[in-house]
Amino acid sequence: MTTAPATGRAQAVSAQPGVAVRLENLTRRFGDVVALDGLDLDIAGGELLALLGPSGCGKTTALRAIAGFERPDAGRVLVGDRDVTSVPPSKRDMGMVFQAYSLFPNMTVADNVAYGLRVRGRGKPERAARATELLELVGLADRAKRYPHQLSGGQQQRVALARALAVAPQVLLLDEPLSALDAQVRVQLREEIRRLQLELGITTVFVTHDQAEALSMADRVGVMRAGRLEQVASPDELYERPATAFVAEFVGTMNRVPATLSGGAVELLGVRRPVAGAAPATGPVVALVRPEALVVTDGGAGRVVTRTFSGAVTRVLVALPDGTEVRVDVASADSAALVPGAAVTVTPVERPVLVAPVEP
Amino acid sequence: MTALAEGVAGAGSVAPPTPVRAGRRRGGAWRITVLVVVGLYFLIPLAAPIWFTVRDRGAGAFTGRYYAQIPGAAGFAEAFGRSLALGLLTVVLVLALMVPTIVLVELRLPRLRTAVELLTLAPLVVPPIALVVGVRSVLSWAPDHFYGTPVGDAMFALQEPALPWILVLVYVVLALPFVYRALDAGVRNAGLATLTEAARNLGASWPRVLLTVVLPVLRTSVLNASFLTLALVLGEYTVAAILGFQTFPTWIVQVGGSQPQLSVAVSVLSLVVTWALLLLISALDRRRRNEETS
Repeated sequence: MTTAPATGRAQAVSAQPGVAVRLENLTRRFGDVVALDGLDLDIAGGELLALLGPSGCGKTTALRAIAGFERPDAGRVLVGDRDVTSVPPSKRDMGMVFQAYSLFPNMTVADNVAYGLRVRGRGKPERAARATELLELVGLADRAKRYPHQLSGGQQQRVALARALAVAPQVLLLDEPLSALDAQVRVQLREEIRRLQLELGITTVFVTHDQAEALSMADRVGVMRAGRLEQVASPDELYERPATAFVAEFVGTMNRVPATLSGGAVELLGVRRPVAGAAPATGPVVALVRPEALVVTDGGAGRVVTRTFSGAVTRVLVALPDGTEVRVDVASADSAALVPGAAVTVTPVERPVLVAPVEP
Repeated sequence: MTALAEGVAGAGSVAPPTPVRAGRRRGGAWRITVLVVVGLYFLIPLAAPIWFTVRDRGAGAFTGRYYAQIPGAAGFAEAFGRSLALGLLTVVLVLALMVPTIVLVELRLPRLRTAVELLTLAPLVVPPIALVVGVRSVLSWAPDHFYGTPVGDAMFALQEPALPWILVLVYVVLALPFVYRALDAGVRNAGLATLTEAARNLGASWPRVLLTVVLPVLRTSVLNASFLTLALVLGEYTVAAILGFQTFPTWIVQVGGSQPQLSVAVSVLSLVVTWALLLLISALDRRRRNEETS
């Protein structure tokens, strides 16, 4: 959304900040499978937009259509005011980081980073200077002479990022760049990518199936399902006000509690609460409730099944009398009595509740 | 055979400890026997010609004179040079044909993989003699039929005895099975899809992607394919002989009639040269690999 001013080290690294990208009615079919079903999306200049969704939802196809590796059956891709729909990938001026390690194994790290400049016919001194500059930016200047297989996975992806940025692209495309890395490196690298992206102010599209990654890095997250966007919103809004049941369940943990609709309110766990958003008809529904939107009190017909301590918060799994199991987040300081087997009552907090139709 | 021997020894291990050791000893004996038999099978045909060419029958001593005669032998330089030229042209042509094909199949047309594989196998199924008889009838019919036209001129040019291009074309076909297999093995493990996309994304044109990314990644496979092709051309006799061109192998056979020792000496030498070439290529490849890992 807003572009942070280029500061510090990155100021010296020229980039082309703030180019908007627009997808219009993008459609792509693979045989009978519709990978993109009339996708519309506006990405503001300098924004980091994450495309999030289960596998097969079309998020990677959307990214590859922006990069030029997939030619859409219909629709347009616009970068700034330029229609690039039929421009080959080599002429699109975009930097891409791939999921699989994509460094050229026959070239040193420095040669990899300078490859795009060599293709553009830049002189050797300029290439060397730029490669050094970018390797410093990703903290790998001392590995310039190494070959890719001598680096760890995280280092390889950093070099791939430096290589993508070396040509000062208009748009940065990240295709699940962290999914092959182990957890610790993943968290570290996602912070680093976000910091660089903010410093350079480069428009970035990030594809991932990991909601934690999307929510922690992106200005806005687009949740995709079956080739369409379910919702595009800031991480907070997505979590607090999911537009659909699919988004609600895909982002964060969600309890499904049997409930009944009547008179514009929903009855669940023995209390009535207002309905969030558009309510379907009356009758039985499923209420979608976050673990932190439930309260546990001592005594009652519910039974604690397990408790999982994770620092400040402890998550308690409670079996309700009808057999439904719900997860409830409790402040760890108040959770001493909630041992497995304890009798409890679960109540939703005073807040509108999202409902979904009962699945057959 | 060794596996079979081990299987037999293993069957013995059901019995108490002592027979097991006997079984192992039997297995060891088997292995040595197999090694000796295989060794002799390869070594005797190698040793016999060497013995034949270094023995001086008159004096009953050893001599190197047949080898010394080779460089000056009538027609040797010409025939060997021609075969070498044919070999290099075949390598260039077959690689120019097969590298883009295999890369294209891998990246864009994976459904055609089986078809291409079967097609490249055809030269192994069709005997060279059938192939060459077909080529010969075309060569004898086409120049008259197309006389005075560009096609006719091309037919004559193909049969130029100094550098018979028709042999290059036939050798390309004969080399296809080996070249395809060597390259395919390399392509399957290289992750070319991502590498070529990365290069395209950075602005490289397709020819540039092939030259700067695909060929270096497939270096070992390309070297293997080149070597197999070169070895095939340097040893090919049937096609050259039936089409009536003089190449290195046909020259060896021709010389063999009048100077048997010289002919065999040349064969031995060509074997050594081929081996040396193979070792050189693998040594070069290993050195570059070591440079990359050091």
